[in-house]
Amino acid sequence: MSCSCSFGDFSEGEGSIAQIKPEDQKPLPPPFDDLDEEPFFEQLSEEARNKYALLDDTIVVKIPVPATEEEEERLVNQFLSGFRKLLTAENNWTFLEPLMISLEHCAKCQTCSDACHIFEESGRHPLYRPSYRSEILRRIYFKYIKTGSTWVHGDIDLNWKTVTRLIELSYRCNLCRRCAQTCPIGVDNALLAREIRKIASQEMGIAPKELHEVGSVLQLKVGSSTGMTALVVKDNVEFIDEDTTERTGIEVETPWDKEGADILLIHNAGEIMAWPENPGAFALLFNAAGLSWTLSSDLAAYDGINYGVWYDDIQFARTALKHLEAAKRLKVKKIVVGECGHAHKAITVIADKIVTGDLNIPRESSMNILRDIVREGRIKFDKSRNDFPVTLHDPCNLVRLMGIVAPQREVIKAVVPEERFREMAPHGVDNYCCGGGSGFAIMSGLNFEHWRHRLPGRRKFRQILEAFQDEPMDIEHPKYVCAPCSNCKGQIRDIIRYYDAWETAGIYYGGLVELMVNAMEGVEPNYIDWEWR
Amino acid sequence: MEMVPYLVAYAGLGVFIVAVVMRIVMWVRMPMHVRWELYPVAHEAKKASYGGSYLEESEWWTKPREVSLVGELKVMVPEILFLVALREHNRKLWLHSFPFHFGLYLITGSTALMVLQGILSLSSGGAEGESALGSFLFYAIMVSGGMGLILGLVGSLGLIRRRLKVPELRDFSAPADYFNLILFVGVFGFSLLAFAAFGASFFKGVTAFVANLMFLNLTPFGAGIPALSVTTSVVLMSALLAYIPMTHMSHFIGKYFAFHSIRWNDEPNLPGSDEEKTIQKALSQPVSWAAPHIGADGKKSWADLATEGSDEGETK
Ligand code: SF4
Ligand code: SF4
Repeated sequence: MSCSCSFGDFSEGEGSIAQIKPEDQKPLPPPFDDLDEEPFFEQLSEEARNKYALLDDTIVVKIPVPATEEEEERLVNQFLSGFRKLLTAENNWTFLEPLMISLEHCAKCQTCSDACHIFEESGRHPLYRPSYRSEILRRIYFKYIKTGSTWVHGDIDLNWKTVTRLIELSYRCNLCRRCAQTCPIGVDNALLAREIRKIASQEMGIAPKELHEVGSVLQLKVGSSTGMTALVVKDNVEFIDEDTTERTGIEVETPWDKEGADILLIHNAGEIMAWPENPGAFALLFNAAGLSWTLSSDLAAYDGINYGVWYDDIQFARTALKHLEAAKRLKVKKIVVGECGHAHKAITVIADKIVTGDLNIPRESSMNILRDIVREGRIKFDKSRNDFPVTLHDPCNLVRLMGIVAPQREVIKAVVPEERFREMAPHGVDNYCCGGGSGFAIMSGLNFEHWRHRLPGRRKFRQILEAFQDEPMDIEHPKYVCAPCSNCKGQIRDIIRYYDAWETAGIYYGGLVELMVNAMEGVEPNYIDWEWR
Repeated sequence: MEMVPYLVAYAGLGVFIVAVVMRIVMWVRMPMHVRWELYPVAHEAKKASYGGSYLEESEWWTKPREVSLVGELKVMVPEILFLVALREHNRKLWLHSFPFHFGLYLITGSTALMVLQGILSLSSGGAEGESALGSFLFYAIMVSGGMGLILGLVGSLGLIRRRLKVPELRDFSAPADYFNLILFVGVFGFSLLAFAAFGASFFKGVTAFVANLMFLNLTPFGAGIPALSVTTSVVLMSALLAYIPMTHMSHFIGKYFAFHSIRWNDEPNLPGSDEEKTIQKALSQPVSWAAPHIGADGKKSWADLATEGSDEGETK
C-alpha cells in the first residue's frame, strides 16, 4: 500500500494521497484465490485526474479542481459555514445530539477499525480506517469552530484540499454502522460521514450526480429516479403481470390506486426495471394470500427509494412526505415496504420523527407479511422445488438498523429444504454490508465500479464463496444468494458479473419472494430461470 | 496555609460536580433527533439475544411494547464494570484499559467507604473506629484503595506504552492524550508511594481528612512528612477530579446518552402522542442552508421546505 495519510499530509501535496496495491489484499476463497488472476482494476484517466479533486484511486463526487484562489477560498468558507449550521438546532435538530456525542467523545482507541470491511479488504489501508475521516472532521471542529488548542485536540490545516478530500472520503463509507456497533463509547463514524455529506449537499450544493440530480431530484420531479413516469410504470407493471401470468399459469393483476385498500405496497422502482420477477412474485403472493392491497401512481409513491437518507435531510423529508401523502390519499391502513432495505429504514424508522397527524400512517416491513403468509399456511409450498444451495444476505438497513432478523429466516425455513440452507458468517445484526450501501450500488462513474468491487464488495463476495465452499464450484451446480433488498441485489449482481462468478462457480442471486413463488404449489415450476442477465 | 488542602479538596469536588451537572444538562437539553437506533437493542425483551426488534411483529403499533429494564441492566452493568465491548473487540487494549478503569472504580469505592466511616463514627460519637465494623470498614478502605491505586497505575502506564508503541494509536494522539495519562501516573504513583512508605497510617490519615472535610472540621492536619503525604495526595486527587470532566474523559457521561438517547432509543412516535407536538415545533424552525436546491431563505421552516420543495430540489 502507498499512502500519505498523516493528518498533515491530508491538506498537502498534489493529486491523490493513497493508492491500493492489489498485492496487499487478502486472496479470496477458491476458485478465485489467485490474486494475479483477479479482474483488471481500471485506473483513472489522465483527464479525470487533472479535472477533479483527488483523494485516492477513484473519484465519485467529481468536485472540479478550483481554478482560482477565490474559488479555493470559497470552498473553505462554504464548508465552515455549513459546519457551523450543522451545529445549530434550527438547521440540524434531526441529528444534533448524535453528532455532538460523536464529535466530543472519541477515545481514539481504534476498536472500530477491525469491524470495517472496507478497511480490512483494502489490506488495512490507513485512509479507510473508520475513525480517520471522523478525526479530520473532529480536528476541524476543535480548531476552526471551537478555536480550541491543537495541543489538546490535534492539528489539521483547513484548505481546499482538506475540504474536497474530506467530501470524497465521506463517500468511501457504506454507512453500514458495523463500526458503530463495536465502539465502546457509542461514537458513530458512519453518522459523521453522513454529516460531512450533508454539509456538502445542503450548504455547498455538492453531491454525486447519481444521488442528487438523477436521484432524489428526478424522483421528486417525474416520480422515480429510474425516470419512469406514472404512465410508464403502469405500462411496465401491466407487462409484468402478463409475464408472471404466463410463467406461473396463474392470472396476476396488480391493483393500482385502490382507495380503502388495507395495504399500500411500495416497491423500489429499480425492481420494476431490472428484476420484474420480484414485483410479479409479490403480486402473485399477495393475491393468492387474499390480501387487500394496492400500488399508488402518485408522484414518487411508486418508487420507495429515498436517496436523501444517504446525503441530505431536506431531500429526505420531501420524499418521505410524498410517500405518506399518497397513503393518506388512498386511505390505506398501512404502508408495506417491498424488498428494499434503505426504503424500509427511511419510511419506517427515520421518517418516524418527522410525521404528525393524519400523515402518521403505520409502516411495516413486507418481511412480516410474507412471514405471516407462511406461518398461517395461507399458501402451500413444496420445499423440494428449491433443491439447490441457498444462502441469505442480511441487508444492513433491515437487520442492524431495524432489528428485522427473524421473519425472513422463518420464510426461508418454510420454502427451502433445511439441509440446503446455510448462513453466512457472520450474519444477522453482525452481517457485513454488500458493498453497495449508502448509494454505492447505483454509482459507477469513471472507475468507481472497479473500486466498489475491489474494496467494499469484496467482503460480501468472500462471505458468499465461503458459504458455498462445500459445494462443487461450477455452473453445473447453481447456487442462490437470497438478497431481500433491491440495492444489495444490484451490488451482488455487479460483483458476480465482475468476477464472472456465474460462469465460473454457478453463483446466482435473487430476492426472497422469487424463492417463495419457485416453491409455491400449483404454480408452473422454475419461476427462477437461472438465466444470467 | 493549613487550610489550603481543605480548600483545594472542596474546590476540586465543587468543580467536578458543577462540570458534570453542566454536561448532563447540555445533553438533556439537546433537541429531539430522528431515530438512529442500532441493534441489538438491550431492552427488547425476547428478541435482544439475536438483535431483533418489535418491528418484526405484524401490526406492531397495535401491540403493547415489551421493554425490559432487566435486559438493559444485563448489558449495562457488565459493560460499566468490565468494559465488555472493548474486551470483545479490542482485547489488547482492554488488558490495559480494564485495570485503569477498574482502578478508578476501586478508588471511588474506597472514598465512598471513607464517607460511610465518617458517618458511622459521627453517629457513634467517634467510637466507631474501635468497633469490629469500624475495623472491617478500614480494611476494606485500605484494600480497595490500595488495589485501586495499583491497578490505576499499571493501567495508565500500559495505556501510555500502547499509545506510544502502536502506530494507529500514536498517529491519532495529541500531546494532551499523553499528558492526561501522565497525570494519572503521577497522582496514583504519589499516593501509592505514600502508602508504601507509611502503610496503614496513610489510609488512616486520608480517612481522617475526608471526615474533617465532611464535618467542616478544618483543623490543621500537621506538618510532618506522613501528614504532608496525606494532604498532598488529597490535593492531587482533587485536582484530577476537577480536570476529568473538562476533557474528553467526560465520556462516562456521554456514553450514557449515546446508548440511551441514540443506540437504544427505539421509541415509536404513535399517532396522537405528545411527541407529535415536539415534532411540530422542530419542523417549524427556520432553515438557512445555502445550497440552491434547499430553497431556504432563513424564514421558511422545515415544514415549508419539505412540503413546497424548491425549483431545484423539485417537488410538487
Ligand atoms: S469511534 Fe469508538 S472505537 Fe473508534 S476510535 Fe473512536 S472511541 Fe474508539
Ligand atoms: S459505516 Fe461501515 S463502511 Fe463505514 S466506516 Fe463503518 S464499518 Fe466501514
